[in-house]
Amino acid sequence: MTPHALFTAFSTIVVREIRRFTRIWAQTLLPPAVTMTLYFIIFGNLIGSRIGEMGGFDYMSFIVPGLIMMAVITSSYANVVSSFFSMKFQRSIEELLVSPVPNWVILSGYVTGGMARGLGIGLIVTLLSLAFTRLSIHNLPMMVLTVFLTSALFAVGGFINAMLATKFDDISIVPTFVLTPLTYLGGVFYSIDLLPGFWQGVSMINPILYMVNGFRYGILGVSDVNPFVSLGMILVFISVLSVIALRMLERGKGIRH
Amino acid sequence: MTNALEIEGLTKTYGDGFQALKGIDLHVAEGDFFALLGPNGAGKSTTLGIVCSLVNKTAGKVRVFGYDTDTHLSDAKLNLGVVPQEFNFNQFEKVFDIVTTQAGYYGIPLKQASASAEKYLKKLGLWDKRNTPARMLSGGMKRRLMIARALVHEPKLLILDEPTAGVDIELRRSMWTFLEEMNRQGTTIILTTHYLEEAEALCRNIAIIDHGKILKHTSKKALLQQLSLETFVLDTEKTLDSAPELNGFPTRLDAEGALEVEVEKGQGLNQVFVELERLGIKVVSMRTKANRLEELFLRLVEENAESSKAVEGAA
Repeated sequence: MTPHALFTAFSTIVVREIRRFTRIWAQTLLPPAVTMTLYFIIFGNLIGSRIGEMGGFDYMSFIVPGLIMMAVITSSYANVVSSFFSMKFQRSIEELLVSPVPNWVILSGYVTGGMARGLGIGLIVTLLSLAFTRLSIHNLPMMVLTVFLTSALFAVGGFINAMLATKFDDISIVPTFVLTPLTYLGGVFYSIDLLPGFWQGVSMINPILYMVNGFRYGILGVSDVNPFVSLGMILVFISVLSVIALRMLERGKGIRH
Repeated sequence: MTNALEIEGLTKTYGDGFQALKGIDLHVAEGDFFALLGPNGAGKSTTLGIVCSLVNKTAGKVRVFGYDTDTHLSDAKLNLGVVPQEFNFNQFEKVFDIVTTQAGYYGIPLKQASASAEKYLKKLGLWDKRNTPARMLSGGMKRRLMIARALVHEPKLLILDEPTAGVDIELRRSMWTFLEEMNRQGTTIILTTHYLEEAEALCRNIAIIDHGKILKHTSKKALLQQLSLETFVLDTEKTLDSAPELNGFPTRLDAEGALEVEVEKGQGLNQVFVELERLGIKVVSMRTKANRLEELFLRLVEENAESSKAVEGAA
C-alpha cells in the first residue's frame, strides 16, 4: 500500500472508532463527566474544605489533575478494550484481517481512537473542574506530553487485554482489579509524603503514580517524583506494550485460528 | 494465463490435533467460475479461510494472481474479495458505513469509496437501505450487504463461502444472475455451496474435498460425463400406487408420486416408453432430475468414506 493508502486506512479506523463512541455517548462520554463532578463536589468541596492544603495548594486544586488523569486513563483503556473485543465477538474483526492494512496501522488506529475518547473525556472533565476551581498551567509542554503519552499507553494496554480476552468478563477484570486500585493508590487524592516510609516505597512501584504526578507537575508545578522520570517510564512502557501487541497481531492471537 | 489462485501442499492442523487439510493442491484459472464442494467439516472453509488470512496455515503455499501470501500478502489481499459464511459485520453500523469503511481499509479515499458503495448497493438492491443499521436487515439483505462489501474495492477474485445459505429461491436466482454478470465482466469467482444445483448451474470447474483431501479437481463437464446413470422424472396421467417394473430400468416413486426411472448411458429412452406403453401407463410430462452433480458427489464422498474405513481397518 502507498503511504496515502496507509493514511486512508488509518483514518478510516480512527473515524470509525470516534463514530462508535459518539454514537453511544450516553455510555461513553456522560458517565465519567457525572462521576468526576461528584468527586469534585464531595471530595473537593465538602471534604476538601476540611482537609485544608496539600502540597501547598488547596485540596480541590490538588486533586483536579489526578482526577483528569484518572478519567483519561480509564476512558482510553475502556474504549480500545471494548471496541476491539466487540469486533472479535461479532467477528467484524475479519473485515480488517482480510484487508491489506498492516498490523502497525491497525494498532495505531485503535490507539488513536482510544486517545480521542480519553483526551476528549479529559477535556470535558477539565472544563467541569473550572466550575469548582481556577486552573493555572505551570508547564504546558509537560502537561500535554504526559497526558497524551499516558492516554496512548493505556490504549495499548486495552488493546492487549482485548486480544487476550475470550469472554466479556475478561475485559472488566483488569480495569476493576488492576487499574482502579492502582489509580486510587497512585496519588490522585493525596501526596505520598503523607505515607509512612515503607508505603512511600511501595507507591514508587506503581506506574500510575508517575503519570499522575507528571501531569500534576504540568499544571501545579509540584510532584512527588521527577516529571522527566515519569515521561521516560511512560515511553518505555509504551514501547514494550506496543511490541507485545504487534507480536500478538502477527501471530493472530485470539483472532485467527 | 495467470492462475487466480494456486494452492500447493496446503496443510492445516488445529491446536487440538485435528488435521483439517492434508496437503491439498488446487488451481483456479483467471476468469473461472469455480466451485469447491464437500460435506460439512470437509475442509472447504479452512481452505478459503487460509486464502483470506483468517486461518493460519500449518504448511504449504498459497498464491493469489501470482502473489505469494507469505511474501506479498498485501498485494494478494488487494486482489481478493471475501464473502464469509456467517454475518461478520458490526450489526449497529449503517449499511453505507459498513461498505465505505471496508473500502477505507483498502486505502480507497472516501469520495471514491462512496461512489463504489453506491454502485454495488444499487446493483444489489440495497441502496434504499443505505442508512439502515445492519441489524434491521433481513437475512437475504445481510448476505447481499456482505457481497457489496466484498466488491467495493473491485477485487479480481471473489470468494464466496455458502453465499446463498438460508436465502429464498427467488433471491438465490437473482444472486446467481448477479454473480454470472460479475464473472462475465472478468471477476474470477470461487464458491463453496451445499446446493449442488447451484454449482451445476453456475460453475465451469469443480473440486470436491472430503476429510481434508481433494477427491476430484476437474471441469464440471468432465465430472458429469463420469455419471453413467441419469434419472428421469415422469409425470403420469394416472397416479401410480407403486413403481411399475420396467425391464432393464430401475424405477421408484418420488415424494410427489412422480415416477423416477434410471437410465444408463447407451440404453436409450425409447425402450422406457415401449415398456410404459406395454403397461398402459401414459406419460404427460418428463424432465431430468436436476441434481446430477449431487448423485456424483454423494457417490464420491461415500467411496472416500469406505476407502478411509478400509485404511483405518488395515492400520
